[in-house]
Amino acid sequence: MNETDVTREGLEHVRPRHASRGEQPMVPDAEFGSYYGQPIINQPVWRGPDIAGYFFLGGLGGAASVMAAGAHLSGRGELARALKIGGAVAGALSTVALIHDLGRRARFVNMLRTFKPTSPMSVGSWVLAAYAPAATVAAASDLTGIAPGIGTLATTGAAALGPILATYTAALVSNTAVPAWHDAYREMPFVFASSAVTSAAGLALVAAPLEECGPARFLGVLGAAAELGTERVMEERMGLAREAFYEDKASTYQRAARGLLGVGIVGSLAGRRSRLAGALSGAALLAGSAFTRFAIFEAGLASAADPKYTVVPQRQRLEARGGRSTSAVTNGHAPADAVPSEPPPT
Amino acid sequence: MAPNPFRSLLEEADPATASGYVDHPPRMGFFTDTSVCIGCKACEVACKEWNHVPEDGLRYTGMSYDNTVGLGADTWRHVVFIEQRTRLAHQLAGAAAGDGATSGIRWLMASDVCKHCTHAACLDVCPTGALLRTEFGTVVVQEDICNGCGYCIPACPYGVIDQRHGDGRAWKCTLCYDRISVGAEPACAKACPTDSIQFGALDELHERADRRLAQLHEAGVADARLYGRDPGDGVGGDGAFFLLLDDPEVYGLPPDPVVTTRDLPAMWRRVATAAVVLAGTVTLGFVRRAR
Repeated sequence: MNETDVTREGLEHVRPRHASRGEQPMVPDAEFGSYYGQPIINQPVWRGPDIAGYFFLGGLGGAASVMAAGAHLSGRGELARALKIGGAVAGALSTVALIHDLGRRARFVNMLRTFKPTSPMSVGSWVLAAYAPAATVAAASDLTGIAPGIGTLATTGAAALGPILATYTAALVSNTAVPAWHDAYREMPFVFASSAVTSAAGLALVAAPLEECGPARFLGVLGAAAELGTERVMEERMGLAREAFYEDKASTYQRAARGLLGVGIVGSLAGRRSRLAGALSGAALLAGSAFTRFAIFEAGLASAADPKYTVVPQRQRLEARGGRSTSAVTNGHAPADAVPSEPPPT
Repeated sequence: MAPNPFRSLLEEADPATASGYVDHPPRMGFFTDTSVCIGCKACEVACKEWNHVPEDGLRYTGMSYDNTVGLGADTWRHVVFIEQRTRLAHQLAGAAAGDGATSGIRWLMASDVCKHCTHAACLDVCPTGALLRTEFGTVVVQEDICNGCGYCIPACPYGVIDQRHGDGRAWKCTLCYDRISVGAEPACAKACPTDSIQFGALDELHERADRRLAQLHEAGVADARLYGRDPGDGVGGDGAFFLLLDDPEVYGLPPDPVVTTRDLPAMWRRVATAAVVLAGTVTLGFVRRAR
């Protein structure tokens, strides 16, 4: 729509961002208006290692604590200990990552200044603030043998908070105007839940002895299969934003995730009698789960950077609603003289 | 603050009332009539001066006369410049025009600003309570509370709020909270030489905008439309709304913005379901093997 002759490239009718990056679009670009190709929404300032890393760690810790309780109750001592340590470490690293990502780190305690259900980040801060100490006490008690009663209580507490810690982050990212995140809100919690189980099972396969790893192997295969399946469903239902999963980094991470999860599934099933094969499969599951989160994170960034992901679906939505939009009713896209052409009610 | 956190999304049309203010002044806002904007950027300058907004790069963009690019932490008013090969209503072709209809050019200029949404996503998602609703129905960041978590930034459907480099906190237009609290108009509106930026009680601005729109339609400017005027839109209407002469996306505005928290109840339900499925699956994993 803009017809400025002089652009950054000195050319007419060029969308600067695409031209400068020399991208080949997957499909011919949809016709849409934009302001010199500038993004509509501002770019997230979250850093991948901190935030996508936290989504992974929160999932790992959350699911590990649930599994630790299962191992604890079913008398799998070494498995329980490995998972409790995993939960405690993940909880601690999560806290570090979140504080590290703040623009004002010294004010991290302001996260607990209020409680707002309208802010998944507020809810999550409280969950993590309760989870991390519980997971730490559970692990410390197991390692030292001190206060086993309190240890069991902490194990139970961490297991109760774990599922929320592992999944609320899906609401956190979906609750934004970023197309590839928001448009995935229906399926993302299930992708995150599956991915969390995959990673915790992977950790168990790496760290626990073979004879205690039966449940972990079962859950690893189930989790990875569910992760692959739900991620696919999520993409298929999200419309144009799906293309963002095939841009640059997101595409690479997603291929890595799929490959590693596939290897993890096959390895877990085939190598059930080998400690080494189990550990390698577990490592593949852990890495695959992490790549799933990084792929989703990067797809969001890509969808925020290109105005087409914001404009095209919104324009289609407006047109589908027909007369319901502001511009169509109150003011009329159509020339004033075209309005009477609508059949008057008889 | 409010007993039901989703209350403001469900019922109350007045954001100050929904936030718990009992005896509050009328909702104040901006009506930016872009049809009389001359692109002088006095609003950008006045805003920066009054609010001590730091310089954020002097660079050449090639985007017509716009080297400001967009709203952000250090740009609270942004004048867009759009050159189009079309005429504005009965506008005569330019002086250089010798070949009739195709040589007409119109220049659209518009001063963009924070919309101070009725349902403000930035405010909803802020985990610290740094973002607050004022008694005027506007949305303001408390700079002594914000810890720079960055959640408000991708939550805003308009791309308004952003993080300031070297500072770490989120910043945006305050609708000159300090000035309007003592009865003065915001710096941008005060500086605007053509009254393209009009400040006042929102109800009154709505009436004024409706009259202006009718006047323009009568004059043959069929493309004129109001943006952010409709309380029934995805953000419950804007406290700062616009008269535009082309589609919103041409100005860099989203054509159908929706407050992301509209879908949050559904998101929480899905998270709860996924959490239960997770716990159930793990339990199954252990029970199955325990037999």
